[in-house]
Amino acid sequence: MSGFKTDNKVIAWFDERLPIFSMLQHSAVEYPTPKNLNYWWNFGSLAGLVMVIMIMTGIFLVMNYTPHTTLAFDSVERIMRDVNYGWLLRYVHMNGASMFFILVYIHMFRGLYYGSYKSPREVLWWLGVIILLVMMATAFMGYVLVWGQMSFWGATVITNLFSAFPIVGEAIVTWLWGGFSVDNPTLNRFFSLHYLMPFVLFAVVFLHVWALHTSKSNNPLGIDVKSPQDTIPFHPYYTIKDLFGVGVFMVFFLYFVFFAPNFFGEPDNYIPANPMVTPPHIVPEWYFLPFYAILRAFTQDILFIPAKLQGVIAMFAAIIVLFFLPWLDGSKVRSATFRPLYKQFFWLFLADCVVLGYVGGKPAEGVLITIGQLATAYYFFHFLVLLPILARIEKPKPLPASISAPVLKGGGMAAGATAQPMEKA
Amino acid sequence: MRKLILTVAAAVLVAGAAPAAQASGGSVELLKTDFSWDGLFGRYDRAALKRGYQVFHEVCSNCHGLRLVAYRNLAYVGLNEDQIKEVAAEREVQDGPNDEGQMFMRAGRAADKFISPFANDNAARAANNGALPPDLSLINKARPNGPHYVYSLLQGYEETAPEGHALPEGMYYNKYFPGHNIGMVPPIADDSVTYADGTKATQQQIAHDVVTFLNWAAEPELDDRKSMGLKTLIFLLVLTGLMYALKRQIWKDVH
Ligand code: HEC
Ligand code: HEM
Repeated sequence: MSGFKTDNKVIAWFDERLPIFSMLQHSAVEYPTPKNLNYWWNFGSLAGLVMVIMIMTGIFLVMNYTPHTTLAFDSVERIMRDVNYGWLLRYVHMNGASMFFILVYIHMFRGLYYGSYKSPREVLWWLGVIILLVMMATAFMGYVLVWGQMSFWGATVITNLFSAFPIVGEAIVTWLWGGFSVDNPTLNRFFSLHYLMPFVLFAVVFLHVWALHTSKSNNPLGIDVKSPQDTIPFHPYYTIKDLFGVGVFMVFFLYFVFFAPNFFGEPDNYIPANPMVTPPHIVPEWYFLPFYAILRAFTQDILFIPAKLQGVIAMFAAIIVLFFLPWLDGSKVRSATFRPLYKQFFWLFLADCVVLGYVGGKPAEGVLITIGQLATAYYFFHFLVLLPILARIEKPKPLPASISAPVLKGGGMAAGATAQPMEKA
Repeated sequence: MRKLILTVAAAVLVAGAAPAAQASGGSVELLKTDFSWDGLFGRYDRAALKRGYQVFHEVCSNCHGLRLVAYRNLAYVGLNEDQIKEVAAEREVQDGPNDEGQMFMRAGRAADKFISPFANDNAARAANNGALPPDLSLINKARPNGPHYVYSLLQGYEETAPEGHALPEGMYYNKYFPGHNIGMVPPIADDSVTYADGTKATQQQIAHDVVTFLNWAAEPELDDRKSMGLKTLIFLLVLTGLMYALKRQIWKDVH
């Protein structure tokens, strides 16, 4: 390992037997990091922070939560009213879930913009997509635990999706429910899994960071690190930059916790679950809305494939397609800064996702149905058609020679820096 | 940095706009009013809270429960120990088994949660022409724009339904209730309570006060939450400022 030195005998003794200090020195202190990372690179560590906050608040919530259909809702209210600072724990956990998704979505769009999914970071990107899937499962099951109206009906709608699969569909749903409707067995298994999944998440994040430290951070120019001049040690440069980011983020996060704690929530979830009363519109949490819109975009049975099954397949495909992204986008240039066409389509794609989210939150009526269908079509068009074509036809701008010698303003560039797709990418 | 903040803000707005827009979709615009607990510095108005409790106790509690609030919590509203015991003892609750193994009824105590007026939902419906008066513990959080909704609902009755609107037997027309046919008799009118503190009891005043009380019932932590929030945010802003200065300092030689 690297040059970890200490005068403290005890620490030296320990480090020889288990090199924790060397490892920290190597991967959090000396770790060479491109010196040109912008603030979009803060979001990964922020997501890691929120993950820790979620696990910690979650553990304390569990101490007072009761996973039973007759008691769950009231036990949550007891936390809000009678447990010391219980309201704080719950509001942090509740808003923390929304924050987690905000951060991770930004983190992912950062990756899309700067081409961070491209070689040699494909595995890192895959692990990110797995993180997203695990997060979604965790958030979905956590929302059910409150056992309010939206918990119950959301769980009913989403688990029912599996019934779309031919032949085995109904059996799968019964198996998921542990009965013939969403009921106490469902709540109990969701509780168990909601406690388990974050630790799975933790493990995948560990792999994600391991992969990051193997292939190293990308950067806004999207070119490889060429010499030590291109990098600075992680500490103190990025530790302080990340800490500043943490401060800004915490102000944002805690504003919601203290002053608008139910901003992201649904009023209906303050009504205890009632299987006899269906709420007027059942909507998932905001972070699922784009996917919900894709699910509902399919309204016509095609041959033997019912519309519902198409929707379910499309919804899963919307995430699965991300696994193939490193090969769908064959352009050798990573950063959108040097890809004039891709850059525009990136923003269009972002807008498309926002439209999908908007449509997903509205009742499926009138023109919104068509808009949802077009936006869904465009979502897949972007990945499956546009990106492969762009890679062929686009003429990238000249890349700078290195991170420490970016293109000078007003031309006059050194000879080596002309239009060269990045070497050995 | 500015671009970053703007983008984050935009993302949040978009995320938040969807449910919010949907919540208000279709229904009539609610009455406007200010509440003492709005905003960063908002707190419950203790006098209004006490009046609101009086309204709830004299009027609403005949039909509506408040099962998540305990009588002892009324100390916050300004009742003293004896008054709390007295209110609690107004209703009976089943307890037991006693030493003989029998269940028995006893008067409520300060530690009990509010005892609901009806033994169960069926009894409540039977007494209310088939309509179920919901428990009001969380009503302000359980409706979109809850405080304004309840405030409007209480003042939204019309003597006669508009032309062409078929009002079923035993229902009342209310502008703000979804579908407009509500099973609750108009519960308040001018002077339907006489305030102990001498405040003039207009319908609007009564509605405003009882909504204050119901908001406290739904969010009893609000005063604590907001004062802790202010301190926390001020602390964080200072800390973040220092962190920014430090970041500038550390990075000044990096080009
Ligand atoms: C005579 C009995 C009675 C009294 C007194 C009464 N209510 Fe109601 N209330 C009802 C009934 C019945 C319903 C259910 C109406 C329905 O669903 O059609 C109801 C419903 C409500 C609702 C729910 C509306 C919704 O959106 O579902 C609110 C809020 C409410 N009452 C507030 C109050 C307040 C505040 C008071 C005291 C000022 C009060 N009520 C007094 C019988 C009563
Ligand atoms: C729990 C959620 C996540 C955590 C805690 C996390 C953590 C991190 C951290 C700490 C970094 C390094 C700092 C940075 O570049 O921002 C990073 C990088 C990265 N993450 Fe994540 N991540 C999460 C989710 C995701 C998801 C969902 C994806 C995409 C599907 C993703 C893709 C990437 C990529 C591609 C990088 C390398 C970026 C680069 O260096 O340019 N991550 N992650």
